[in-house]
Amino acid sequence: MTKYVLKRVAISAVTLLVILFVLYLMLEFMPGTPFNDEKLTDAQRLIIETKYGLNRPFLVRFVDYVVMMLRGDLGVSYSIQKNMPISQMLDARLWVSIRLGLQAIIVGVPVGIVLGIVSALKKNTWIDTLTSVFAVLGVSIPNFLFAMLFILLFSKTLNWLPSIFMLQKPFVSSIMPTIALSLFSIAQIARFTRSEMVDVLGSEYMLLAQSKGLSRPILIFRHALRNTLIPVITVMAPLIVGVMTGSLVIEKMFSIPGIGQLLTMGIQANDYNVVMACAFIYSLLYVIVMFAVDLLYGVIDPRIRLVKGGTNE
Amino acid sequence: MSNQDTVFLKDDFQLAHRKDLYIDKVYENQSFWKDVAARLKENKGALVGLVCIVIIILLAVLAPMLSEYTINGVNVAHQSLPPKVPGLEQLGIFNGMSRGVDVYAKKGVEGIYYLFGTDELGRDLWLRTWSGTRVSLIIAAAAVAVDMIIGMTYGLISGYFGGKVDMVMQRIVEIINSIPTLVIATLMLIVLKPGIVPILFVLILTGWIGMSRVARAQMLKLKEQEYVLASKTLGAGNLRIIFKDILPNIIGQLIIMSMFSIPNAIFMETTLSFIGLGIPAPNVSLGVLISDGFKSFTVAPFMTLIPAVVLAVLMLSFNLLADGLKEALDPTMKEM
Amino acid sequence: MEKERVLSIRDLAISFKTSNGIVNAIRGVRLDLFRGETIAIVGESGSGKSVTVKAIMGILSGNGFVNDGSIIFNYTDENGEKVSQDLLKLSNREMQHKICGKHIAMVFQDPMTSLNPTMTIGKQIMEGMMYHYKVSKAEAYKKAVELLEEVGITDPEKRMKNYPHQLSGGMRQRVVIAIALACDPDILICDEPTTALDVTIQAKILELIKEIQAKKNISVIYITHDLGVVAKVADYVAVMYAGKIIEKGSVDEIFYDPRHPYTWGLLSSMPDVNTNEEVLYTIPGTPPNLLNKVEGDAFAVRNEYALNIDFRLEPPMFNVGGKHRVSSWLLHEDAPKVEMPLTLRHRIDNMLKEDE
Repeated sequence: MTKYVLKRVAISAVTLLVILFVLYLMLEFMPGTPFNDEKLTDAQRLIIETKYGLNRPFLVRFVDYVVMMLRGDLGVSYSIQKNMPISQMLDARLWVSIRLGLQAIIVGVPVGIVLGIVSALKKNTWIDTLTSVFAVLGVSIPNFLFAMLFILLFSKTLNWLPSIFMLQKPFVSSIMPTIALSLFSIAQIARFTRSEMVDVLGSEYMLLAQSKGLSRPILIFRHALRNTLIPVITVMAPLIVGVMTGSLVIEKMFSIPGIGQLLTMGIQANDYNVVMACAFIYSLLYVIVMFAVDLLYGVIDPRIRLVKGGTNE
Repeated sequence: MSNQDTVFLKDDFQLAHRKDLYIDKVYENQSFWKDVAARLKENKGALVGLVCIVIIILLAVLAPMLSEYTINGVNVAHQSLPPKVPGLEQLGIFNGMSRGVDVYAKKGVEGIYYLFGTDELGRDLWLRTWSGTRVSLIIAAAAVAVDMIIGMTYGLISGYFGGKVDMVMQRIVEIINSIPTLVIATLMLIVLKPGIVPILFVLILTGWIGMSRVARAQMLKLKEQEYVLASKTLGAGNLRIIFKDILPNIIGQLIIMSMFSIPNAIFMETTLSFIGLGIPAPNVSLGVLISDGFKSFTVAPFMTLIPAVVLAVLMLSFNLLADGLKEALDPTMKEM
Repeated sequence: MEKERVLSIRDLAISFKTSNGIVNAIRGVRLDLFRGETIAIVGESGSGKSVTVKAIMGILSGNGFVNDGSIIFNYTDENGEKVSQDLLKLSNREMQHKICGKHIAMVFQDPMTSLNPTMTIGKQIMEGMMYHYKVSKAEAYKKAVELLEEVGITDPEKRMKNYPHQLSGGMRQRVVIAIALACDPDILICDEPTTALDVTIQAKILELIKEIQAKKNISVIYITHDLGVVAKVADYVAVMYAGKIIEKGSVDEIFYDPRHPYTWGLLSSMPDVNTNEEVLYTIPGTPPNLLNKVEGDAFAVRNEYALNIDFRLEPPMFNVGGKHRVSSWLLHEDAPKVEMPLTLRHRIDNMLKEDE
């Protein structure tokens, strides 16, 4: 297990380094960044180069950059809010985004799992058909279409929920975005759980458990559930990507002041520093989540937890 | 069966000496793919999906060709006209009415039919929607190509050679996979000019990961099989074994996988367009249309909803078809 | 002493609803099992042997249904009363509660897949006793350790905490056997218990089952296509073909005096070190598709000794003395005298000589 954890840590670290390297390369060589603005004269350039230490060796600068990023110093914005430290801009936004993402996952994962399990247990009945139809719609229909329909129905027609996120009322105004964002997760998890559960229910070891004369609830809860849920963890990674990507759209639609919105603004305003910072934050979040998922996997699945100890006859 | 009641014929107890004895009987003379096609036909969802895809492709190809308008043909007099369809207008839907007002009459453009309405600049949305669909279809094709060319080859090679090659190749996959596609997309958009090219680049960089995993897993399963060993002992080269002996046996799984990657690719384009990172004017994509329309969503929801519905139907169709193919190719028939 | 009849199957008929139509998988099976004895059901895949035992356990898959027949099981219940029960009359719930695991237990084919990968060995053994007999955890633990010892696993206390992936195939099969024995069953059903194992371990597992059977006086049903296994373990043999038993008898009767052409084929196709035939015999053709209605003898189309009547009427069971029953028109008094193939004759003669 220790080896497994160390391996995961190493992979996460390498990944982060690769991401930082790519970001840094872009920062250095991309046209339009303040460091290689063509309008500058040679003298001005020299001043800037000295000021930012650009005349030092590449590797040294890169190491500096990594240290800077890891310390949370993400540079300054130079067009959205001139010279405002980006870490300050991100501060409030980060929590809004994380909160929305977490809400979507907290709603999505359990609902998806329950739907998938019920669907598998009631295989080939109307419940299964209904769930499957819902699930295929859920993975096919883009979340912004759902969001639009919600806005049309609950805000414009029924006037129940606000169509715009308000920091003063974070719960009520985040109901619609959360649901719109979680539908994809629900559908995807439901589909995956169903197919895993169907496989598990048809497995030899379930037949053996059945031949022991155990009752159906014991069979399902003690034998089938754990074996179904282990592989479901593997879809957590694509799911989180889905939620992240989805949050870009959802934040725009509901005017939510999160990092997705900041990223969009940054791209539209050509504020590269902001874009890079957001990209870094997204990557960081993702790497952390992936690491956590891998650890969870290791804890739950004895096949990973205990690789040693086998004997041969 | 009781012995007494049985009436015996005269030749009953002679040896039959049938000639067809040693011929092994084949129940159904059906090839694997015929079988798949038959099962696919049984699947209503997959059929509906297939029909929808064909219709959408036809419309995307033909509608812009046959249209009298141009994509960017601004016509101020025809601004924001709701959809009006001949025939359906009598039924009270798609009759050019918006909030009880006949917009066509108000603007004095009776007699003209915009099937999907027009946008704020008076451009024909029927034309624009189907032109936008073309972009989505191109991306779908690109996703499949990337899957089949990069993903498949990568996975097959990694799985086949194993050992150090596999180790290195898998670490690379793990790292690429640890960078969110969104981040790669944004970076691409900064480096390259917005348009279809950066989206294709993103696909080339990340779209094949899932496929390579499936191909590798299948390869690992098959490469130890006896028939592969047999082929090896007969002196077949690595390439021959990979592509002639193993690939035909796993191609079904790979097709399913590539089908599932289509909706993902289309969705990525739409999302990027929607947040303003997509195809720039004068070109359109479904994402751009949805994004543009969303600005006047409350006044003229049709501008957003129509392309959104086309998009949803397209994605749904590909998902249904992929599901159907999966069942048809892999009928884990635990019937007995 | 009169032998105690544990299980008697009469006229069992089972069909499956499939997407292609109704498959008549079992077409009138009659079988008896006595206490302490072993019966082996032999046949090709698809002959219905697995379906028969699944019917005994009441674990037919959802699309299977019993058309006819009875499976009478005689056992002593918790209160010490003798019970004679038709298993087919019990509901799923009663089957699960009263019979499965408790009185009839099963050992599955592939030990690699038949253990729950996420549960410790110990839990998997203890679970059945704790559920059926409500014994305490400590008691169950003690018994599970004993069982592991009994099935030949060294260091059982340590193994209790292991997960299946930490054990070898042979050890896993021993664990599966321990699970089956946990509730002291009357009948142990072994579904090809050794096919997935290495040859060296196969013999050990068979030996183990035999030992346990003798010690606990339980009855065993083997289903297998491996005649080598049959010769080693069985008292009685039933040869199944296309959902019917076509020949049955004591192991000597079947091996030394086979009467049905299909049994001849099976025995001829068994590899043998003593004979030096160049080509191993194979039975021509493939088993019939039971989706189609079988006219006459199902084996007729593959039978070089087929009579005309075989294509028209189904043969009844002919009694050829002792326990030996054969379902073939060749045994009818009017039938021409057909001898078994010469090579098989020689083989049997050789075997008989060796035994002397």
